[in-house]
Amino acid sequence: MAKKKKKATKSQSKSKTKTKAKKTKSGMIFEYDAAPESTKVQIDKKYGNFIDGDFIEPKSKKYFDTINPATGEVITKVSLSSKEDVDQAVKAARSAFNSEWGALSGAERGKYLFRIARLIQERSRELAVLETLDGGKPIKESRDVDIPLVAQYFFYYAGWADKLEYLVPGKKVEPLGVCGQIIPWNFPLLMAAWKIAPALAAGNTVVIKPAEQTSLTALRLGEIFQEAGLPKGVVNIVTGAGETGEAITAHPDINKIAFTGSTEVGKIISKVAGKTHKKLTMELGGKSANIIFADAAIDQALEGVISGIYFNQGHVCCAGSRLLLEESIKDKFLKKLQKRMMQIRVGDPMDKNTDLGAINSKEQLDQIKKLVKLGKTEGGEFWQVETSLPKKGHYFAPCYFVDQSGSATISREEVFGPVLSISTFRTPEEAIAKANDTNYGLAAGVWSEKGSKIHKVAGALRAGVVWANTYNKFDATSPFGGFKESGYGREGGRHGLLPYLEIL
Amino acid sequence: MNVLKTVKMYVGGAFIRSESGATEAFHREGTDEEVARVCVASRKDFRNAVVAAKPAAEVWKSKTAYNKAQILYRMAEMAQAKESEFINVLLDATQLSEEDVMNDVQDMIDTFVYYAGWCDKYQQVLGAVNPVASPYHNFTTPENMGVVVHIDSDNFSLVKLVDNICSILVAGNSVISFVSPKCPLIVTTLGEVFQTSDLPAGVVNLLSGDAIGLSSHISQHMEVNAISFQNENENAFFEMRSNSVDNMKRVIPLRDKRKSLDLVMDFVELKTVWHPIGY
Repeated sequence: MAKKKKKATKSQSKSKTKTKAKKTKSGMIFEYDAAPESTKVQIDKKYGNFIDGDFIEPKSKKYFDTINPATGEVITKVSLSSKEDVDQAVKAARSAFNSEWGALSGAERGKYLFRIARLIQERSRELAVLETLDGGKPIKESRDVDIPLVAQYFFYYAGWADKLEYLVPGKKVEPLGVCGQIIPWNFPLLMAAWKIAPALAAGNTVVIKPAEQTSLTALRLGEIFQEAGLPKGVVNIVTGAGETGEAITAHPDINKIAFTGSTEVGKIISKVAGKTHKKLTMELGGKSANIIFADAAIDQALEGVISGIYFNQGHVCCAGSRLLLEESIKDKFLKKLQKRMMQIRVGDPMDKNTDLGAINSKEQLDQIKKLVKLGKTEGGEFWQVETSLPKKGHYFAPCYFVDQSGSATISREEVFGPVLSISTFRTPEEAIAKANDTNYGLAAGVWSEKGSKIHKVAGALRAGVVWANTYNKFDATSPFGGFKESGYGREGGRHGLLPYLEIL
Repeated sequence: MNVLKTVKMYVGGAFIRSESGATEAFHREGTDEEVARVCVASRKDFRNAVVAAKPAAEVWKSKTAYNKAQILYRMAEMAQAKESEFINVLLDATQLSEEDVMNDVQDMIDTFVYYAGWCDKYQQVLGAVNPVASPYHNFTTPENMGVVVHIDSDNFSLVKLVDNICSILVAGNSVISFVSPKCPLIVTTLGEVFQTSDLPAGVVNLLSGDAIGLSSHISQHMEVNAISFQNENENAFFEMRSNSVDNMKRVIPLRDKRKSLDLVMDFVELKTVWHPIGY
């Protein structure tokens, strides 16, 4: 014991001496020693699907590798589910809906959800490590943002299960039946919670497909459901890629499809499911404007810009990817922005000091590189932080384009990476017009110390979420979802229950 | 000798003929007795209606809730003044008994009154202040969707038509309604109610003709934000919903409901605003 203590002290002093400071044009940049998260998690050699309460081998007998994007190494194998596997999951979900789960009182359903929330809290460290391992996001984000919110979503919706008669005044509601849910790779477990918690609180059963890049935490959630004693078949987790998703979308015994992902895929799903009576919730892409007026608290706005676009490597549907600066502050702001961007620590996501982790997959990295390369041919200026990136794995240094035209690719298309598009405006009207000049309508930001201006602009922005003097904040009680081509339906809050119920 | 008229359509606050000049004979329900000629809306007529409805939605949305409520109540007043005209149109066009017609007209007037009352209340019932677990003021408010196309039933009901239109209007949307082929005559009298109620021009537009025939143009129009499909043709519904993905239109299926808050809710977008709390 004493020996260990001594060793720790030694390594601490060692790290002190190793700390270096580099003088740059923008000031001192400090280097830190590695501070890796040390929690070990149990990972099996391969994972079956979670169907009817058990982990079972896929009927397809096929598996595929899941990769750690920070190193490019294979972590384990998960099931490549076929149409038959999906059908088996739907049958289990239907059977649970028609029997035990359907007969359960709201109060009892709620108790299961409360219990699940508690188990998530207890296993939060393990879940955070697994999330970072599989998806590449910085451990400090999975630990401090994703997993606490996952627990909160289950806890919040738990309490709704026996209060549904208060949801729409004067109206009775009833569950829809079997919900098919398809979720993305950017917030794997959080998206699972956004989908599963309200569906179960409303009395539905679920077949959910995590993204093929990030299945591990969803599968771990299956273990938590087992531990919580959740009745068999209430939630079924099938892993796989596009074909598995198509099987869910097309399945005739599914009553509702809830999808979070790209607008492109959302449209394909809506086109297919549109030809049926299935209810739909679509939470799709965005190209959200972050407007900074000259009368804003500039240093706070700067932090909002940083978290707006560089949080989670920019893999955020509501990322503030279009920065609109009032013309008079442009030069001053860009100087501050460059300095701040140089302080972003890019690297090993498992390191507790890392701000910007690994790009989720090679495909996504290629896509970002492709768009940036194209962007460079479309005018304006490009600036990127010069930093050394890890040799293995998928990484991309934070960057921005400034003064590109409103029709440039980077100004219009969702990059889903740490790439910011900056332009200027002169009047509030111009800022609003520019902010709304997009097919998307997921989110927006507005920064000003003048209250009346904040309310006027927030009211005029055609977006489902407006962050005023803040950005990228989430909460289980707060509805989230888009206008226009960013989709429809809300997730979170009282409104997040409505897409999972029929109003009688 | 009666003077036979051609019933015009109501677009952008004016009564117009189809740009194509197309009309067709309208026969009293179940008979071959020609009551009037009616316009057949063309694709261009529909597009013109969208041109009128889009800016009108902005104007209508910006009216205060109290003002919107008074304008919908004014519709009830104008409809009451035209009670006998409505009765005559329904007697001319349908096989309903005089008693049923009189009940329907009174019910329609009550429907205007019902939705007038929602205009300054639905925000409080559908909105929320959300208790986030951090120092932020967080609130959700309903907003308009924009331009909504309404496709009416093949089984005409004046009450349902007015219920559908009002439930779209409450939240500040504009509407282009393809009225039921069973009673296109209603466009004249109903249009006059909207024209004389201080409702901004273009907020309500009434077209007659074959909506299902125009369905691909409607579902692919990029300035239409939502479709209220209140027709019984299920295949046409599936086609329209499936074809509406280009701009992710909200497509509301046939509902057998009226005078209900959730019908208003079908035509709102929800916006959530965050703001820090602190010194």
